[in-house]
Amino acid sequence: MHNPWGVKDLEYWDAKIRDKVDEFGLSYFPQEFEVCDHEQMLGYMAYSGMPAHYPHWSYGKSYEKLKTLYDYGVSGLPYEMVINADPSLAYLMRGNSLCLQILTIAHVYGHNDFFKNNFTFCDTRPELTINNFKVRADRVRSYIEDPSLGVTKVEEVLDAAHALSMQCRRNVAIRKLSREEQEERALSSAQPPADPFHRIHKAPEYVEPDLTKLPLEPEEDILLFVRDHNPYLAEWQKDLLTIAHDEAQYFIPQIETKIMNEGWASYWHHQIMNSLDLPENLHIEFLVHHNQVVRPHPGSVNPYYLGFKLWHDIRRRYDEPTAEEIEKYGEPDRSGNEKIFEIREVDRDVSFLRRFLTEELMREMDMFQHERRGDDVVITHVSDEQSWRQVKDTLLRNVGMGAVPVIRIQDADYEQNRVLYLTHAHDGRDLQLEYAEKTLVYLYQLWGREVLLETSIQGTGYVFSYGEDGFNQRRLRRTNEPAASH
Amino acid sequence: MTTVFRPYSHSDALRSDRSAGDRLRHRQKVRQAIRENIADIVAEESIIGQGRDKIIKVPIRGVKEYRFVYGDNAPGVGAGDGNSQPGQVVGKAGDKGRGDGRGGDQPGVDYYETDITLEELVEIMFEDLQLPDMERKKLREVLAERTSKRKGYRRVGIRVHMNKRRTAIARVRRKVASGRVAAVEAVEKRFPFHRDDIRYRRLRHDMKPQSNAVVLCIMDTSGSMDIMKKYLARSFFFLLYQFVRARYHNVEVVFIAHHTQAREVSEEEFFHKGESGGTYISSGYMKALEIIQARYHPGLWNVYAFHCSDGDNFPNDNTAAMNAAKGLCEVANLFGYGEIKPLNSSHYEDSMLQLFKSIGSPNFHSMLIERKEDIWSSFKMFLEREKLVE
Repeated sequence: MHNPWGVKDLEYWDAKIRDKVDEFGLSYFPQEFEVCDHEQMLGYMAYSGMPAHYPHWSYGKSYEKLKTLYDYGVSGLPYEMVINADPSLAYLMRGNSLCLQILTIAHVYGHNDFFKNNFTFCDTRPELTINNFKVRADRVRSYIEDPSLGVTKVEEVLDAAHALSMQCRRNVAIRKLSREEQEERALSSAQPPADPFHRIHKAPEYVEPDLTKLPLEPEEDILLFVRDHNPYLAEWQKDLLTIAHDEAQYFIPQIETKIMNEGWASYWHHQIMNSLDLPENLHIEFLVHHNQVVRPHPGSVNPYYLGFKLWHDIRRRYDEPTAEEIEKYGEPDRSGNEKIFEIREVDRDVSFLRRFLTEELMREMDMFQHERRGDDVVITHVSDEQSWRQVKDTLLRNVGMGAVPVIRIQDADYEQNRVLYLTHAHDGRDLQLEYAEKTLVYLYQLWGREVLLETSIQGTGYVFSYGEDGFNQRRLRRTNEPAASH
Repeated sequence: MTTVFRPYSHSDALRSDRSAGDRLRHRQKVRQAIRENIADIVAEESIIGQGRDKIIKVPIRGVKEYRFVYGDNAPGVGAGDGNSQPGQVVGKAGDKGRGDGRGGDQPGVDYYETDITLEELVEIMFEDLQLPDMERKKLREVLAERTSKRKGYRRVGIRVHMNKRRTAIARVRRKVASGRVAAVEAVEKRFPFHRDDIRYRRLRHDMKPQSNAVVLCIMDTSGSMDIMKKYLARSFFFLLYQFVRARYHNVEVVFIAHHTQAREVSEEEFFHKGESGGTYISSGYMKALEIIQARYHPGLWNVYAFHCSDGDNFPNDNTAAMNAAKGLCEVANLFGYGEIKPLNSSHYEDSMLQLFKSIGSPNFHSMLIERKEDIWSSFKMFLEREKLVE
């Protein structure tokens, strides 16, 4: 059934696809494709598609896990794996049919365009990606091979760094203030507001802001903070923290836009394949694969499905709105095509869904909210009139970095004892206790002195701590008691 | 701007097992984690009387990567097939959907589960008990031995059993019989081998001469037996059981738990049920004697009895215990007593060890187990004595 294909075929179809891609108005980095077998593909998946990556046992585990899933037929390998780089690099699996290769190539151009144009990627320096990963890999290797260090010591730091790498600032669009700027801000907010009646009002007291507080404002970049404020870290340890932080920064935009991105690539592979005038057998095969990719997964959310549906719906709403939609949203102010190109630039998953996931769509996709009840997971709300907003809210909270708890450093000198005090910004979701406890251990290892975490579990405030004498917890006297600051 | 295609390169693929190092490292960590928890595993798993290939699910699943994450009490969203209703069950707690391959940072079920076979567990256990390599091999060999005795020759068999000399002789015989040798010729004509010439060694699997043994495991199950003691006891029983099993074709195991009274129990209960109350060791021994008399006549069975206790018998029971012990020595091939007193537990003045010293039987052996390392050294001593007895 599979017609054997060669590089010439790929090049032929690639040329045709690129004509379409240009015609449709996508813009993209130069693209490279590498043909590999499934073993190599597993390898690439374990290392996030990078040709060079620093070694760590967690990637060995990843590989084994993926291989097990693959061997037992639970998951096929992804058709496409493409990285955010300039030029971009993507992998094609040797055993796949020609149709699948064509589909993959088309899909990859969609991703490429998205990486190039979406705002969350604008600071990722794609032209340096592959080199950066290689350089980091070399540095880590040099530490491992250093006879005074070795793999165990390096692992200790990396294990801890990995545990905390997601605890960083999420809103990269807002620039982080430097220490001076924070001080300025503190000073200016201590100034009483301008009062037109100052002549008759009693002058408000001027409270001098404490500019020695560390950190001045709650800090979200935990690894960087520890790196910069633990004087006992050696240069190589600080370097490892930087490396872990930088890698996370590379991946976060992808986490934040998974639904949009997969939807975008699926949307465009669909448009392209339909416009290519494929011979019938290829066309039929394409439809089978396409439907596989964008089918809903019962019980969970398939980002390909959700994204694909949304892009189509947006386009339709702007090109062919129904009477009710005109009433609800007004006349469309631009064409569907213009709108989707604008959105692919300015939105991320949270805003994308918030703005464009409608009640009707939710009902069409039969989206529901589920919760744990004892040993089962049960549906609690469906997308009917009363509950659809609830379901949508829950979805919004879970997408992108929403799945990562927000934890900030409040005080690095708690009780004047260089104890690190952190707070979990509780949004209704409790932390997983065992994992929190173990992660605190890692933080303690990096900080060198006791670490405290304030959170609440089932409505009751707690402060968990880890220090020389191990793990401790104490209840807060009142819930939401503010962190003590000196 | 042209697209570049890099074709598949077979030699590249062969060379590129880039994950090998990291996988090895991961495996090492898993083994390490098992070793750290082995006391619990051995103490909890039902291992005695199991075949070598029994798979044990080790509660360490891969090595977890910890991060701050939300618990599975947090609500999530899914898509249904159009008929979703509140109250429907859509899954089991702990099922996280397929990850995107980036490491196990979700709590819950990891697809990658660590199973090890009993054999691997024994290996790790022996490492943990610091079994010297040579001994490990000996025990292994003993376990793996399949004796086969040679008994004559046969005409069918497998190539490795072929006996070339006899085959050649058979061919010569046939040549002679065919009458062709009479003419001595200048150039010897070929007289090829025939299938019927081939002779094979005949091997007969040796039935171990003494085929039946029974191991009576007697344990003090008063409230004081904690995990560590259980581990020590279990390792002790396990090693002894393996040893006996190596010698005999058919081994049965009997578990007797006692405090002030004795009962025959299953292996589960033997290791799991904690009782409380005082200790009458004699009750255990009497029960053993009773079972032997009822089911395992010493004439037909090789009886091995082992008792583990953490000491402290009621003093007024000591005489009865001594007598019963002597009784056991008479019917058993070997009777062993292990006193488990882990280092940081309390010590009482009189231990049974002192008392048992006065039992003179050559087939009685007692030992003090304070820590894991003792198990092997006592066991070795025990093995040596067993050899003497033989």
